[in-house]
Amino acid sequence: MNGYCAYNSLLLWGEGRGEWVAIMHQPQRTLQTIPFYRNVRVLAVLAQAAFAIGVVGLVWLLVATMQENMRKQGIPISFAFLQQPAGFAISEGLPFHPSQSYLTAFGVGVVNTLRAAMAGTILATLLGIGVGVARLSRNWLLERLATLYVETFRNVPLLLWLVFTYAAIRETLPRLREGPALLWGTVLMSNRGIALAWPQTSATYSAFQPWLLAGLGLGGVVWLWTTYTARHRGVPWSATALRWGVTVCGVLWVSGFVWTWAMAAPPLVWSIPRIQGFNYQGGLVLSPEFAALLFGLVVYTASFIAEVVRAGILAVPKGQREAAQALGLSERQTFVLVICPQALRVIIPPLINQYLNLTKNSSLAIAVGYPDLFSVGLTINNQTGQAIPFVMMIMATYLSMSLLTSWVLNRLNRRLALKTS
Amino acid sequence: MHTTSPAPVLPPPEMSLSIFGWLRTNLLHPWYNALLTAVLLAGLALAAGPVWRWVFILAHWQAVAVNLRLFMVGLYPSAQVWRPGVVLILLAWLLGGSAAHHRGMIQGVSTMLLVGLVLLAPLLTELARVSVAGAALALLAGYGLAWLWPHSKKLWQLGWLLSLPIVLIVLGGVRGTGLSPVPTTQWGGLMLTLLLAVIGLVASFPLGLALALGRQSTLPVIRWFAIAYIELVRGVPLVSVLMLFSLLLPLFLPASWGRPDTLLRILAGLTLFTAAYMAENVRGGLQAIPRGQYEAATSLGLTWVQTMRYIILPQALRAVIPALVGQCISLFKDTSLATIIGALELLGIAKSVIEQSEWKGITGGVVFEVFTFTALVYGVFTYSMSRLSRRLERDLGVGTR
Repeated sequence: MNGYCAYNSLLLWGEGRGEWVAIMHQPQRTLQTIPFYRNVRVLAVLAQAAFAIGVVGLVWLLVATMQENMRKQGIPISFAFLQQPAGFAISEGLPFHPSQSYLTAFGVGVVNTLRAAMAGTILATLLGIGVGVARLSRNWLLERLATLYVETFRNVPLLLWLVFTYAAIRETLPRLREGPALLWGTVLMSNRGIALAWPQTSATYSAFQPWLLAGLGLGGVVWLWTTYTARHRGVPWSATALRWGVTVCGVLWVSGFVWTWAMAAPPLVWSIPRIQGFNYQGGLVLSPEFAALLFGLVVYTASFIAEVVRAGILAVPKGQREAAQALGLSERQTFVLVICPQALRVIIPPLINQYLNLTKNSSLAIAVGYPDLFSVGLTINNQTGQAIPFVMMIMATYLSMSLLTSWVLNRLNRRLALKTS
Repeated sequence: MHTTSPAPVLPPPEMSLSIFGWLRTNLLHPWYNALLTAVLLAGLALAAGPVWRWVFILAHWQAVAVNLRLFMVGLYPSAQVWRPGVVLILLAWLLGGSAAHHRGMIQGVSTMLLVGLVLLAPLLTELARVSVAGAALALLAGYGLAWLWPHSKKLWQLGWLLSLPIVLIVLGGVRGTGLSPVPTTQWGGLMLTLLLAVIGLVASFPLGLALALGRQSTLPVIRWFAIAYIELVRGVPLVSVLMLFSLLLPLFLPASWGRPDTLLRILAGLTLFTAAYMAENVRGGLQAIPRGQYEAATSLGLTWVQTMRYIILPQALRAVIPALVGQCISLFKDTSLATIIGALELLGIAKSVIEQSEWKGITGGVVFEVFTFTALVYGVFTYSMSRLSRRLERDLGVGTR
């Protein structure tokens, strides 16, 4: 009641500037009389508390139901089963024996996933850059073909490509001995998989190894020293430093290779695949499962990477190219020194996304029977009935892989990003 | 007195190329381009013969033709197969009606559907042809009706709102009526793929919107919950989310409820997974709105709900339409993962068709025929969606307003 009195009297008193007086006094009045259920700060706290209670209550309800169900089924939730022998074989990857534990089996699956993801990432990047640049080609025919590639592979589910490739290898390729040998016998194909010629270390490799290490060490020293002196001259970062380091390293490797060869035999030889008994011998053998998974992941992801690369190059303003040409830079110099660095800044963030997608998509290996971590985990689940540990392990592994990859690549991205300050 | 007058502004020189000029600039100049063209042409010429021979002579397209019903509706009982036909007719009628009211994109969809139906008709069996023809006529009838009665816009929108429950009732049936129940395990083919995509989209969009708003919220508990949910879901593959629901949903629900339907489990996984991605797309739009818009709305005395409803969301959603359509395309492709959980949607049907015993005698089976057809069906839908997105962008004036 007091508030109202003061308000009125002041308004009467300050006739000429009544408005001003009223505004000055209003906050005081509202603070005194506002009920708590209309106070924004109190409401915010209440809303959050209600939300938190709701979420916690829901989780508690679900967990309680789950425990009740598990008790009825008689399955205790624990990770102790991981130490028991697995009792199943894994068709490829690190050597694994059924007597080894479930945990080891899961580890073999993780390594298989990483193997597929890494090979897929490298190949998809190469193919994607190629197709992306081809889409910007001045050659009409090449540009059309690249567009056809992108539209074909991007618009159809990855799972279809995987299942299709696997069925094509298993059903349409001939049997082992009737399979075609391509490229002068360096590539053998059959329904047992694909075998490629691959470099292999020979007996003289031990003599070559010091050269390898010396190349790395000396190259590193040269790189660091050149960077140091460049910084001394006031140049913060120098491309020549890296070039010098790589050159020194390369020279040492080549001379070491030639030296070992001249003394005895080459330290690295091509291992050419051949058919022996019921299998391939030598070379790099890709099982039908791995070949299908790799092919599907690479062609599918490459079509997305191609679009990323194309968008990145198109994002560089036209004036940059024209300015570079006006300065007299050659076509190659324009691309390497002007277009590329600017395009990379646009390309890298979505490219990181594509790498993460590829890694996560490798879980579709289950559809072709490649023993990645998901499919090994599912086998473990089928044998033990431990559904909750299985799902938790799968999710934790993928989550940590995703977070780790994005952390590393985002750091790289921050180094390349434009310094705004 | 000597005066100067500005020279007349000349139009740019006309760029007209003769056919030889076009060939020169696009294919033959400089020398390495000519070489490239020659190599590509040689490759195409080498490939053209075998491809032509396979498509028109060698391929066993009857594997697709015989199983066309399987591809369209899966294992839906043959006595009840008129029900998907009725659904098609109903949706075509609604689409026709809406096309008369909303120009632009919906008209584009209707035109595409009409052309598609007309092209499809000669390929089909008698019954399917009746429903396809019925759908084409219904589309035109709906358009005519809405055109004759221009004030019916709200009614058509109500029709769309009711369409999903009606479709589910017609397909699923009701016990004790003329519509005998059809369990969801018998739904399949393209019908199931489309249903999964549409229901997934309808369910995940509001959820994604809520998550995006939650992530932008000033209330820390809600913001951290939204961030944790979005990052957790985006860090794991869809298969693992589907597997989570397939294996764990029965455990987390009271035993008295019985085992939840497989279709329901797939939909739950698909929806909760897509919602996280939707949220990130919407957040992109929300962040693009200048701060002044919020401040102006607040100073006008609008509440938070009014600010969002009338000021922020209309602008934010318009800005992210391409991303949202991209998400729809992803969702449509992601429905193929239901095969892994055991649903016979389009890809599942394709896998079962190549295993049919009558094609085992053919060397190499019918792998290429079946998967080429399936890829084409997927491709037609995703390609149309991306074309429609471009058109929608133009109609709404993204980037030009």
